[in-house]
Amino acid sequence: MRKILLYIIIITSGILFIARLFYLQVLDDSFVGRSENNAIKVVYDYPQRGFIFDRNGELLVSNQPSYDVMVIPRNVKPFDTTELCRILSITQEQLVERLDKAKIYSPRLPSVVIPQLTKSEYAYLGEKMRNYEGFYIQKRSLRDYHTENGASLLGFISEVNQRKVNEDPYYLSGDLIGNTGIEGYYEELLRGVKGVKYIQKDRFNRDIGAYKGGIYDTLPKKGKDLTITIDAELQKYGEILMENKRGGIVAIEPATGEILALISAPTYDPSILVGRQRSRNYTELYYDSIANPLYNRSLLAEYPPGSPFKVVNALIGLQEGVVDTHDRFSCHGGYFYGRGRKMGCHPHASPLDMIPGIAQSCNAYFANVYRRIIEKYPTPQEGVDTWSNHLKSFGLGDYLGSDLSTGRPGKIPTAKYYNAIYDYPTYKWFSTATISNAIGQGEVLMTPMQLANMTAAIANRGWFYTPHVLKEIEGMPIKEKEFTEKKHTTIDPVHFEAVVEGMHQVYRAGTASALQIPGIEIAGKTGTAENFTKINGKRVQLTDHSIFIAFAPVDDPKIAIAVFVENGYWGGRYAGRIAGLMIEKYIKGEITRKDMENWILTHSLEEEYAKPLSGEPFRINQ
Amino acid sequence: MPKTISQFDWLTIAIYFLLVFIGYINIYSASLNDTATSFFDLDQIYGKQMLFIFLSIFLIVILLSLEAKFYERFASIFYIFSLISIIGLFFFGKTINGATSWYAIGSFTVQPAEFAKVATALALSKFIGDIQTNIKTLSDQFKAFIIIALPALIILPQPDAGSAMVFAAFFFPLYREGLSGVYLLTAAIGILVFVLTLVFNPIWVTIGATALVIFLYFFRKKKRPGAIAYFSILILAVALSFSVEYIFENVFEQRHRDRFNIVLGKEVDNKGIGYNTNQSEIAIGSGSWFGKGWTEGTQTKGNFVPEQDTDYIFSTVGEEWGFIGSTVVVFLFIFLMLRIIHMAERQKSQFNRVYGYSVAGILFVHFFVNIGMVIGIFPTVGIPLPFFSYGGSGLWAFTILLFIFVKLDSDRMSFW
Repeated sequence: MRKILLYIIIITSGILFIARLFYLQVLDDSFVGRSENNAIKVVYDYPQRGFIFDRNGELLVSNQPSYDVMVIPRNVKPFDTTELCRILSITQEQLVERLDKAKIYSPRLPSVVIPQLTKSEYAYLGEKMRNYEGFYIQKRSLRDYHTENGASLLGFISEVNQRKVNEDPYYLSGDLIGNTGIEGYYEELLRGVKGVKYIQKDRFNRDIGAYKGGIYDTLPKKGKDLTITIDAELQKYGEILMENKRGGIVAIEPATGEILALISAPTYDPSILVGRQRSRNYTELYYDSIANPLYNRSLLAEYPPGSPFKVVNALIGLQEGVVDTHDRFSCHGGYFYGRGRKMGCHPHASPLDMIPGIAQSCNAYFANVYRRIIEKYPTPQEGVDTWSNHLKSFGLGDYLGSDLSTGRPGKIPTAKYYNAIYDYPTYKWFSTATISNAIGQGEVLMTPMQLANMTAAIANRGWFYTPHVLKEIEGMPIKEKEFTEKKHTTIDPVHFEAVVEGMHQVYRAGTASALQIPGIEIAGKTGTAENFTKINGKRVQLTDHSIFIAFAPVDDPKIAIAVFVENGYWGGRYAGRIAGLMIEKYIKGEITRKDMENWILTHSLEEEYAKPLSGEPFRINQ
Repeated sequence: MPKTISQFDWLTIAIYFLLVFIGYINIYSASLNDTATSFFDLDQIYGKQMLFIFLSIFLIVILLSLEAKFYERFASIFYIFSLISIIGLFFFGKTINGATSWYAIGSFTVQPAEFAKVATALALSKFIGDIQTNIKTLSDQFKAFIIIALPALIILPQPDAGSAMVFAAFFFPLYREGLSGVYLLTAAIGILVFVLTLVFNPIWVTIGATALVIFLYFFRKKKRPGAIAYFSILILAVALSFSVEYIFENVFEQRHRDRFNIVLGKEVDNKGIGYNTNQSEIAIGSGSWFGKGWTEGTQTKGNFVPEQDTDYIFSTVGEEWGFIGSTVVVFLFIFLMLRIIHMAERQKSQFNRVYGYSVAGILFVHFFVNIGMVIGIFPTVGIPLPFFSYGGSGLWAFTILLFIFVKLDSDRMSFW
């Protein structure tokens, strides 16, 4: 025992130590993180966000420097608070409050005291900064807009929210991120990749050099410059035309699917969402629930398409072989079906075949065509589904898949839908139950974007590219399959000529004959859609929506356009004029129909929009 | 001479140099800073340590060249000289970190307490080795106790409780030479009761101790000792347990209480008193299996662990060399200590054996207290890790301590 006691004690201690070391170093892995918290500071280097150019190379969005006043509370020495408050135009209490908040956050780490100084504040404070120990100015990059237009199309930049921070490890609390529009959809291209530096700290939190000589450090990668398909001039003109109106305009280049203009009215100047006034302005826009300027009507508003929808019904009729272009249908002030029910029509010559049917927008004609389509099949279910599938090939009834950060599917009813409504098979339903579909009322809903895409497909005589807004990345044309592969409709190209001629006749002799643009052959279609709202729970009809689709020139379409003006009454009144002006602007670059332009610029629909809110009885369609 | 060289225990010498080398590279890492130029920069901690190591080699040559008999013959002289040197501290000592433990000659400082251990080891060995000494007699036990306690009591009020504590190491040679195991048992029971009382409370300790004593009494193999002995031990243990609170609160100073509380996990103030231990554990714990690599320890580079080049040098090993590296160091120490015990047991002379056990005991106490503190299982006591910690006095004292024994061992055959 005397000889082995020390042996035993030494070996026991050795085992004890190794067990403890094993616990500390191998079993408990919390120490690695704690040592990193201790000793490694991560500093990010934010790259310049990519610029945005329009299709003609005009710079729309770039960056501007912004300056935040930062403070490290521990380093603050007594200073002239009055002067600092005066320069920054804040009160003493505000300053004290912010400094206290910074101190609570951390006495040793920088906090923002005043974010985003104005240029003049910066110029003034920059000279005085050395009087304020513990304070310094940090440069950040903000968006600089060279356009007042396309706010909802471009999107905006804001501080990333907590949910995104939790989801995506790239973002840190306080980082900026693109929201909605191009900024949102192409965030990853525009933002670039931030650089990171790992800095070794000592126990006084002083920097003592790069961690591991900087082998983990990365350089920031600049964001990509994007060229978008928008024509800034056209976009601007469209927004001017839509002043005092609500609705949307979508213009597409049919040959490429490129979106030339995407207007949602009312809109706002994108530059109000930059800098220190951002949050106040955003709140204001956000809570404007009546005009709803943040609501992108071109992409999100699902309207009944009205008469423009008739042209697809004509195409389906031809494709299904239930009508030919010479079949005539008579119209006696409307279409009568079932037990004395009638779908009204306006006065025009009768009977009509297809081309004048389109030109005059005869309801009776299209009611007949629609019934023939549905009744071609043994059951209305098969008929409706066949019809529905043709429509879907035009990109209707589902998300288009464009590169805009938002959108709606609209609605194209199917047999299943009607079965549910009419409680089939307990009750039966027939083609007449869905007859409103013939004239684009009924259950059909479309966004202006879908309407424009449908127009482009007709202009192309049977195919389209998915509409998109990105043209080039750093000067290289995009190669996305989605946007460079033709999508064919289920309608044979031969059937389009008659329909296009019908639309051409709309201008030459039909419902838009007053809207002709000299020197440009346009094919178009007016639309007037009934619509309703609820006032105190009661369904109330409002003034009809004014709708217009058009493309031009007829033989070699350069532009396809859909215009939607809420409560603008009939199609030719607002939408038709605006469509014509937009086409002339895009093709000629100047306006000859000054009378039309003047009419639009001097007419406001604000009164019309105020009616249902007034609380008083009102008349519509006047 | 060639014959003598072959008789040196080269294994011990090899482990010594290995430990000194590993110690040096860790001191280099722990003391590395921006102003570093070359390995031999004497303005730097590691540069000085390099110098100390070279001087140690010089010292080793001298130590091994001297007659083995010299150490035994002059043991008393060394002892008296070293007593004078530590008493002299009260008059001429320089205060560093609150302890008046150094003589300063210019920028050069010497800590005589380190050398006092060697002198005491020699003196004790000489006393025990004397043919007339019988450690089993109470009077000789008392004399031995005086030899050990005298330097310890002089060092204690400097204050340098850590160095004083090391003198407890001389229990091991005494026990080996025949000191009754009752002392050991008493000390062990005392410490156990003390710690258990701090962790639990006197009531639970009393219940546990009573149950244990009854169990041991009824299952004892021999008839002696009788019931009275068991009962007395129980009474003493319970009395100690109930007085622990008083001792802890009134005899201990606050810093001692804090150090106990940290190890027992009762009080965690990682910004204040618990900072060292916490940072040291973070450094070691973040080393994982293989460590962060030499001079890559973030804790080490950021100087998060105070005294990292001296008492906390093992935290650098843990951080930069990981579990593997720290285990290797622990193994080297254990191997060295076991080797020394093995060598002590082969000595024919009692002087040599007692000295060998003293060396092993002193190394063990340093090893246990220092690493135990750094890895957070022993209260903070500021004593260096032999051969590792930065400092000339420490390195030289341990070098002298070890190489006297190497010399004695090489000469073991010449007695007969």
